[in-house]
Amino acid sequence: MNQNACIHCGADCGNSPVVWNEKMFCCHGCKAVYEILHEKELGQYYEIQPMSGIRIETPQQLKKFEFLDNPEIAAKLPDFMDGNATRVTFFIPTIHCASCIWLLEHLNTLHPGISFSDVNFPKKEVHISFKNDQITLRQLAELLAAIHYVPEITLDRLEPGKKPKIDRSLLIRIGIASFSFLNIMMYSFPEYLPGGDLLEQEFKHIFGWLSFLLILPVVFYSASDYYLSAWKGLRHKIISIDLPISLGIIALFLQSSWEVFNGNGIGYMDSLAGLIFFLLIGKWYQGKTYQALSFERDYKSYFPVAVTQIIVGKETITPIKDLRKGDRILIRNQELIPADARIIKGKGNIDYSFVTGEALPVPKSEGDFIYAGGRQIGSSFELIVEKEVEQSYLTRLWDQKSTKDEASSLRNHVNNISHYFTIVILIIAFTSFFYWLGEGISVAVYVFSSVLIIACPCALALTVPFTFGSTMRVFGRRGFYLKKTDVVEQLYRTDTIVFDKTGTITINREVDVEFYGELITSEEKSMIRSLVRHSSHPLSKTVYDHLNLFDTSEPQTFEEIPGMGITGSIHGIRLNIGSRQFVAGTSDHSEIKESRVYVSFNNELKGYFAIGNAYRKGLQEVMTQLGGRYDLHLISGDNEAEREKLAVIFGKDATLLFNQSPADKKEYIQKLKKQGKKVLMVGDGLNDAGALLESDTGVTIADDVFSFSPACDAIMTSSRFEIIDRFIAFTRSSFHVIRVSFLISLIYNVIGLSFAVAALLSPLVAAILMPASSISVVAFATLSINLIAKYKLPVSER
Amino acid sequence: MSAIIFLIIIGIIVAAGFLAAFIWAVRSGQYDDDYSPSVRMLFDNKTKVGEEQTKEKQNNNIDNQ
Repeated sequence: MNQNACIHCGADCGNSPVVWNEKMFCCHGCKAVYEILHEKELGQYYEIQPMSGIRIETPQQLKKFEFLDNPEIAAKLPDFMDGNATRVTFFIPTIHCASCIWLLEHLNTLHPGISFSDVNFPKKEVHISFKNDQITLRQLAELLAAIHYVPEITLDRLEPGKKPKIDRSLLIRIGIASFSFLNIMMYSFPEYLPGGDLLEQEFKHIFGWLSFLLILPVVFYSASDYYLSAWKGLRHKIISIDLPISLGIIALFLQSSWEVFNGNGIGYMDSLAGLIFFLLIGKWYQGKTYQALSFERDYKSYFPVAVTQIIVGKETITPIKDLRKGDRILIRNQELIPADARIIKGKGNIDYSFVTGEALPVPKSEGDFIYAGGRQIGSSFELIVEKEVEQSYLTRLWDQKSTKDEASSLRNHVNNISHYFTIVILIIAFTSFFYWLGEGISVAVYVFSSVLIIACPCALALTVPFTFGSTMRVFGRRGFYLKKTDVVEQLYRTDTIVFDKTGTITINREVDVEFYGELITSEEKSMIRSLVRHSSHPLSKTVYDHLNLFDTSEPQTFEEIPGMGITGSIHGIRLNIGSRQFVAGTSDHSEIKESRVYVSFNNELKGYFAIGNAYRKGLQEVMTQLGGRYDLHLISGDNEAEREKLAVIFGKDATLLFNQSPADKKEYIQKLKKQGKKVLMVGDGLNDAGALLESDTGVTIADDVFSFSPACDAIMTSSRFEIIDRFIAFTRSSFHVIRVSFLISLIYNVIGLSFAVAALLSPLVAAILMPASSISVVAFATLSINLIAKYKLPVSER
Repeated sequence: MSAIIFLIIIGIIVAAGFLAAFIWAVRSGQYDDDYSPSVRMLFDNKTKVGEEQTKEKQNNNIDNQ
């Protein structure tokens, strides 16, 4: 273990740790939390999981939760209120371990007003019951923030009906199916034993009728989704896999009921119940979801609930939805600009990294127009709202609904196969029906239903949920989260990949700084660093961070000339740092598109710092891998400064587009789709939201997958970008597995059919063949996917 | 003969009882979160309240002496 690790969060404390009570901390924030917990004797927090604390980079704003004092908002947020008792749910994305659960469930030790709290870990939520007269909603939020569990309260949390009811019906369906399956099996068992035919007639009747009663809820409730889905497919003129399944279920049910009514035993009731049970298990396996991740987010889950409005010189809290054109608002440090607006007082320094992935904040001054979605870094400033929140440019773009229709989701690989499969089965069924007609109608009907029963593609239907479900789990363990299993097939079908540039292939909030010019000594570097330290300009901060190896000293003079640069003197040497105009007196060539910071010592130009984007690790290899197989496109909102560099990385066949607006990106995807391409869009920011929705598969790259990401089909942890090519290639392995599984299930089908057409299908044969085929296919699919992943997909480093 | 029928009826009633319990458990949300409870049960119950009480007891003992 690192000797120098912060006792709270485990980060390296560096050379100057904060020490309290002989314990080392990386920062005052961590120390503050430790002190609170120590005072309340909640030290066990550090025992359950050592160094599990959360580090907060930027100190929290004092007034961040001021809006919770607004009675309108405070009334909407709680789940329920009854006199003095209130229950509220907070979403806390930083919940990550057992210690978090422990601490958040001991909140009552921190404040007597809290009566009870419990954590839902998969959803990263905490439910808190508290007494209104002892603690307010705002104080509660601030208490959580004080121990670094900052609740995320966004606009969509206030919407009525946004607290979704979880669909638990699948589990109940499975429960009922398993209940009936196991009981019916007990009644069927005597018939399979030697001497089963000696069973007294009376028992046969009782067992038959019991099974019939038990199968009713299974056929009419547990399996009902299959009939609906088959019917939905037929309406779209698609024969989905659910059609032969429904036919099989119905044939099994009618045939078995017929036998029960005639007192001939209990037919295939056990196979029928087992079949539906296995199918539902497959559905459940496939339905794995990442509850804390949201793939459906629109701007409402990004926007704050309220904003500070200035009415006749007084600050009031206004809910965002009440904001009107012409309103005057105050935006503080770290706050979000909720609507398109114009600056009227103060200076903006807008961080658009969530919107565009831009690494550096953009400076704005009075009179400038600002799009909604940026975050202010620096002192507060005032704005006049130009458009209402819902009318703002990006808001409208994020709010679009996906055009992907219901029918297209049915047009998949399995359903293509089942189309032919169903036709072939029906032909066999009718042919054997007419062949056996000579022997009497009852035999013919028996053979007909036998064919439908045994051909019921149960194993076929289980292959896909288990193969794709396993693929999804394997991906999830490696930092790539799919919305649903269909995305595996969409990834496989991809032939065109479109990348966004800023924030996607470049690293968010990180830049590549290089110095061009005369060699400068380390003393000179430390002098530059000393000077830029006093400037609040984002470029100054970048240069300051770049020169982090050098010490600083205090400059004798310092002056910042807005829009130009900084000037000052250290050790008698005059330094000018800033634009070329300011430092050298000549203006930059108009072709230069990157940011440059020029430096002169005693008016002698030394050179400049070129500030460019920092590309993701492994970008070159990824593009080389993908280039051979896919049609690559880059679509960037940025200027062409790095075209040449990117042309090398993407290869000569790639299309590189620059200066594209969010709407352009969306149209470009539409154009590609019209050409019949299957488009995978890889983006990150809200400006890609339209394109991500429009594409066949939208993948979002996120530094923190639990924080906001635009609506998409899959979310990828940014550190895994370096193996994105392997993830896509893995979907091909998934399809190999599916093909082999199909073959296995087909062999079982051929064996079964040969019994059926020969009129030899007994309940015993069905009872052995159907589960055997299902289980072997499921085992094959899950095992091989996990095995292939072990060799082809590294869990961490490449 | 009648013994077997009696047993079958009991068997179904017991199984149906479990089914009802399962449905109740699902409906009441016990399957919504399959992680937190598994961790929660491992926590020791040494909260501040508990320790305060023991401290008070100790104090009382000292006072009494």
